[in-house]
Amino acid sequence: MAADVHKKKSWEVSNGSLVPGDGQHTERSESPTPGLAQGTEPGAGQEGAMFVHTRSYEDLTSPEDGAAAVRSPEERRGEPAEQSSMEQISKDFSELSTQLTGMALDLDEEMRAGKEGKLEPSPQTTRRDSVLSGKEEEDVTMDAWRLHRKHVFVLSEAGKPVYSRYGSEEALSSTMGVMMALVSFLEAEKNAIRSIHADGYKVVFVRRSPLVLVAVARTRQSEQEIAHELLYIYYQILSLLTWTQLNHIFQQKQNYDLRRLLAGSERITDNLLDLMAHDPSFLMGAVRCLPLAASVRDAVSSSLQQAKAKSLVFSILLSGNQLVSLVRKKDQFLHPIDLHLLFNLISSSSSFREGEAWTPICLPKFNSSGFFHAHISYLEQEMDLCLLLVSTDREDFFTVSDCKRRFQERLRRRGVQHALHEALRTPFYSVAQVGIPDLRHFIYKSKSSGLFTSPEIEAPYVQEEEKERLLGLYQYLHSRAHNSSRPLKNIYFTGPRENLLAWVTNAFELYVCYSPLGTKAGAINAVNKLMKWIRKEEDRLFILTPQTY
Amino acid sequence: MALRELKVCLLGDTGVGKSSIVWRFVEDSFDPNINPTIGASFMTKTVQYQNELHKFLIWDTAGQERFRALAPMYYRGSAAAIIVYDITKEETFSTLKNWVKELRQHGPPNIVVAIAGNKCDLNDVREVMEKDAKDYADSIHAIFVETSAKNAININELFIEISRRIPSTDTNPASSGKGFKLRRQPSVTKRSCC
Repeated sequence: MAADVHKKKSWEVSNGSLVPGDGQHTERSESPTPGLAQGTEPGAGQEGAMFVHTRSYEDLTSPEDGAAAVRSPEERRGEPAEQSSMEQISKDFSELSTQLTGMALDLDEEMRAGKEGKLEPSPQTTRRDSVLSGKEEEDVTMDAWRLHRKHVFVLSEAGKPVYSRYGSEEALSSTMGVMMALVSFLEAEKNAIRSIHADGYKVVFVRRSPLVLVAVARTRQSEQEIAHELLYIYYQILSLLTWTQLNHIFQQKQNYDLRRLLAGSERITDNLLDLMAHDPSFLMGAVRCLPLAASVRDAVSSSLQQAKAKSLVFSILLSGNQLVSLVRKKDQFLHPIDLHLLFNLISSSSSFREGEAWTPICLPKFNSSGFFHAHISYLEQEMDLCLLLVSTDREDFFTVSDCKRRFQERLRRRGVQHALHEALRTPFYSVAQVGIPDLRHFIYKSKSSGLFTSPEIEAPYVQEEEKERLLGLYQYLHSRAHNSSRPLKNIYFTGPRENLLAWVTNAFELYVCYSPLGTKAGAINAVNKLMKWIRKEEDRLFILTPQTY
Repeated sequence: MALRELKVCLLGDTGVGKSSIVWRFVEDSFDPNINPTIGASFMTKTVQYQNELHKFLIWDTAGQERFRALAPMYYRGSAAAIIVYDITKEETFSTLKNWVKELRQHGPPNIVVAIAGNKCDLNDVREVMEKDAKDYADSIHAIFVETSAKNAININELFIEISRRIPSTDTNPASSGKGFKLRRQPSVTKRSCC
């Protein structure tokens, strides 16, 4: 069953075409800062975007069929001008610092909680490495099990366990029964349970019939963000089964044990949860590119573009969790969530390392009712360069395999392999390249292209838990900036261990981490300098000229 | 020297060692922490057999339930099928019998069936007796070997035996390499992918 690429789905933007919406261009034409209007910010594609346009983070969390009903906070508030000039920003910051004392206190509290958190034993991770046993079972009655920072459970509406991040599903069947009872109890009253907050825990429920997803977390994430992660898990399950098949199964047999069909996929889901705790891509709803000289990237992209076949919809070259190049069929756009799921699939299994894999895969945001067929292979054994060719025809393996051969041949003929090898040797850049002494780390996302850039996380965030803490701070800033009842555009926070800044406009999002010794004025100057640097480097850090077949 | 392409597919329960057998044959390597195959994996290896070169086009299928319905795509047009079970797990041998049944019903009529009892290095935890498996294989005229991908026992022998059993080119043109094209086989039933 090939996914019908022509089928219109609800992800289409509300203007009725498949072309990514051009945001608020028309509304914003009188913006005082045309230089930063959406589509012209650093990193914006010069010839349109590669991805389905996600207007905002809220797009991702909204129920998929009601996307049109949910509007981004900017739109909702009908907010006028965008503050972009530096004078304006500094003015805003001084206003903000008085307005936001409540918030700052809050953050302070959160940070202190983080310090206390360090006393807790680091979460024990039992991996499921054995092919045979599936996973090493963890005793769910032990304290160690309770101490995990984030549990994730998936169950069917009949209360049957489908997935548990830690411990065996069987041992948890009564716990999951209780979860389902809670959901049903409130539904009987025509109500819906969304979360329970108690004792430092957030219990978040996401209902996507025929599944119920539950997270029990004591991380600092907001309820909205945890729900967002649960949705990713839901999409992950859809990518294995399709929405159509999932529904069909439960219509046939309400108490079906879905673990049978998902057997062997637990590690993919486990990996996704781990990845979401480390990789800001998921938080940003955007994709990071491998830094690469524009000439090399263009050569790679056009080689990829020329190695086409009728059934191909997307050709994707990636390294680690970074995008090297993406070529798509004209008028077909990939959703960042779908690309994240593909990244996760590849990083979760070493089985793609040898030979050529050919596997059905559903891209739930593109079309949740059918399978694509993905040809997955590494270009060279020692190199972390994986080629993904997404086809609509499951019988087309040899044609698609030949596309790979042709691509490699062109790459050789153009002589860019050496440059590509070099780029792979340094997949991350150092923040020192920007030349701002107090700058420790940043995340910059171009909204129109759906791409973001971020330097390597360096000292003092060396330890794994320090890295997670930094991501936690970004998560916090992000949740503040995107809070649905009170979104913020500028946040500046002076903390004991670092100073933080967030700046969200229609065109971009910027999250910056400074050393705690700097001043606010210095931080604002640095933002100016940083934006100039990103502009200067944009053709290396982003894909500015995406190709189509 | 004449080159013949032989399409071979591996079938069997998840975790019995299908990929390990292929890796040992193609790369002569073994990874004890190998991840389960996703979908199917394609590899080739050319070996000399008598005065011919045999290029094995190997489809290593995933043993997991959700990929079950994809199997016909791979055994259709195959010259040989290697059905693998784990000698330390009785139930993988029952799964094997189901695969034999399915091949008899829906597989190509002249397909060479080989039964491989893998993990024979784990003799002390054996659950399937070699004699029982051998008797069963004989009853269906299948090749039978016990293999160990880990210790490289009988892996090459398995493929040599397949080469030997495959009818030579002039007597059976149907299995002569052209058969591997997936497209050539009209699909009888519109199966969903999983």
